[in-house]
Amino acid sequence: MSEAEPPDDHGDPDAQAPSPHPDTVQGPPVSGDDFLSPAPDGTATGLIVETSEGGQELSSRSATDAGELRREVGAVLRLPEGVAIDPSDIDVERTDDETMIINMGPQHPSTHGVLRLMFELDGETVLRTKPVIGYLHTGMEKTAEELTYVQGSTNVTRMDYLSPLHNELVLSLAVEALLGVEMPPRSDWIRMLLVELNRVSSHLMWMATNGMDLGSTSMMIYGFREREMILAFFEKTTGLRMNHNFIRPGGTAADLPDGWEDDVTIICDTVLPRADEYDELLTGQPVFRQRTEGIGGLSAEEALALSLTGPILRSTGVPWDLRRAMPYLRYDEVDFDVIVGTYGDNFDRYSIRLNEIRESIRIIRQIVEKMPAGDYRVQDKKVTPPPRGRINESMEALIHHFKVFTEGFKVPEGEVYIATESPRGELGCYLVSDGSPKPYRMHIRGPSFVNLQGLPLMMRGGLLADAVAVCSSVDPVMGEVDR
Amino acid sequence: MHLAHAGPGVSGSGGSSTRASERNRQEVVFPTRDQYVEVVRAYRDGGFEMCADLCSVDYLTHPGRRLPEGVAPERFEVVVNLLSLSQVKRVRVRLQVPESDAVAPSLFELYPGVEAMEREAYDLFGIVFAGHPDMTRILLPEDWEGHPLRKDYGVGRVPIQFKGAPGPR
Repeated sequence: MSEAEPPDDHGDPDAQAPSPHPDTVQGPPVSGDDFLSPAPDGTATGLIVETSEGGQELSSRSATDAGELRREVGAVLRLPEGVAIDPSDIDVERTDDETMIINMGPQHPSTHGVLRLMFELDGETVLRTKPVIGYLHTGMEKTAEELTYVQGSTNVTRMDYLSPLHNELVLSLAVEALLGVEMPPRSDWIRMLLVELNRVSSHLMWMATNGMDLGSTSMMIYGFREREMILAFFEKTTGLRMNHNFIRPGGTAADLPDGWEDDVTIICDTVLPRADEYDELLTGQPVFRQRTEGIGGLSAEEALALSLTGPILRSTGVPWDLRRAMPYLRYDEVDFDVIVGTYGDNFDRYSIRLNEIRESIRIIRQIVEKMPAGDYRVQDKKVTPPPRGRINESMEALIHHFKVFTEGFKVPEGEVYIATESPRGELGCYLVSDGSPKPYRMHIRGPSFVNLQGLPLMMRGGLLADAVAVCSSVDPVMGEVDR
Repeated sequence: MHLAHAGPGVSGSGGSSTRASERNRQEVVFPTRDQYVEVVRAYRDGGFEMCADLCSVDYLTHPGRRLPEGVAPERFEVVVNLLSLSQVKRVRVRLQVPESDAVAPSLFELYPGVEAMEREAYDLFGIVFAGHPDMTRILLPEDWEGHPLRKDYGVGRVPIQFKGAPGPR
């Protein structure tokens, strides 16, 4: 940018001084009094120290030992017996002044929130990447220990804010497993309908943002447009567009509204042809293909070693979908295909998500056909508040209602791990109960949190411009990463 | 190798055989700290390709939990969930970690995917994973004091000012 303007314009001798080395973040710490005061050389050292994350950041090559370098380039992976690590892959000889460490984020439009990526670049080539996270950490697992099981779903629903119903589902399934209650069929089917619609809306949102990251702004508008239909249905059903608190331990908060079949059928009939339009808009487009094909490639072995799940794992050719492999709810009673890729690159991840929209629509149509009549929540007096109408007639019902919502219900002592397939991968919940109405420990295994570990490997050797595309194709939701 | 074994089952569901609890049955093993890495290695070689989850629990205020014979309860527990894609099976490894010496061996050499999870457990519980290549905080700022998910780490609260209480003026 300074190429365009004449250098003698500002007449400032400092303008010609070399820019501070990026490693100044590792500089000596200044005392608290120096906060925000300019350092002797005029740079805002205090600010740099204030925003530094210390050891969590990517450090320069000279300050990193060889083992650490190998790890950061993603070379330390479980390899088959007899295959050694290729020494040429670990360019430890490179000196500091050949490379540059730059920062992307936490405030950057294409990091989908507050993800901070530190890159080591050689020219335009990414050598090492380190995600620095935690900017959205709000201690939700600690909060969960202070909330009753009834209140718990209001907390978890805010984690992965693009698929809130999946979070509510996994917590509810875990609580119900500890309670040992048998759920009525209709509640299972209502939950399936909602989470599949949520999967469609989440994937549509991903199509939109991924399109925008790759420069296709029309895709962004289209994705948001279709998602809006699903959110409108959620608003009609649950009262809220996001953070529904609708799937609760013991069933759902309410039954589906009258005429839901028509609403859902209209959504299916609209989204399916629109998915073909996206196909036309993006899949065959040469610019889009060039920016996705062969970018951010990953092998199945690497994905398994790094515990990557969801569309990322499936893009490498592993047909692993928890809905099929370890069915929960009634997924064993519906017919759908598990979409699998071949090369594990951005294009495969894109096509998997696009086709998963179609598969989810297929599941939703079956759910509309098969939805049974009956209760939408379990009729267990311990767990379920009495029906609204009874409260006006019976004092006992009022007391019961009051007790469920203030004290909550007690859950037998024990621990359980439940995993479901969220749009981003394996969403797990490890729940420990000590017999009180509040969880003793609730741990959520967020798929985005684990999937971020794939970034250094996917970006290695690629261009900086592709780093945005790779980051987008991982589909991290920072609310779930940081929790 | 003698290994405390809880056998398949969802502890807590009272032995009821509902549809859900049938599905959630999981093998649980309780190795000692010396056995831990070898036990996990044996599972990895036995076809458990992925470490799905690793987390910790602080049992400070719930000491009387049910454990199988021969397992001495300690304050901390590291819970590892291994997943076999080929056998479609999960196994849970629960390691007891004492408060006085809160160190657990790292599984990084076996499963590189535990990198972020072990850092999270260190950050929130203060359990050090020996052999982890980058034992730094991950969610909290570097200069944070304490480990918030420990049971003796208080939750913050907002002071409530009542009417009539002596105020600053």
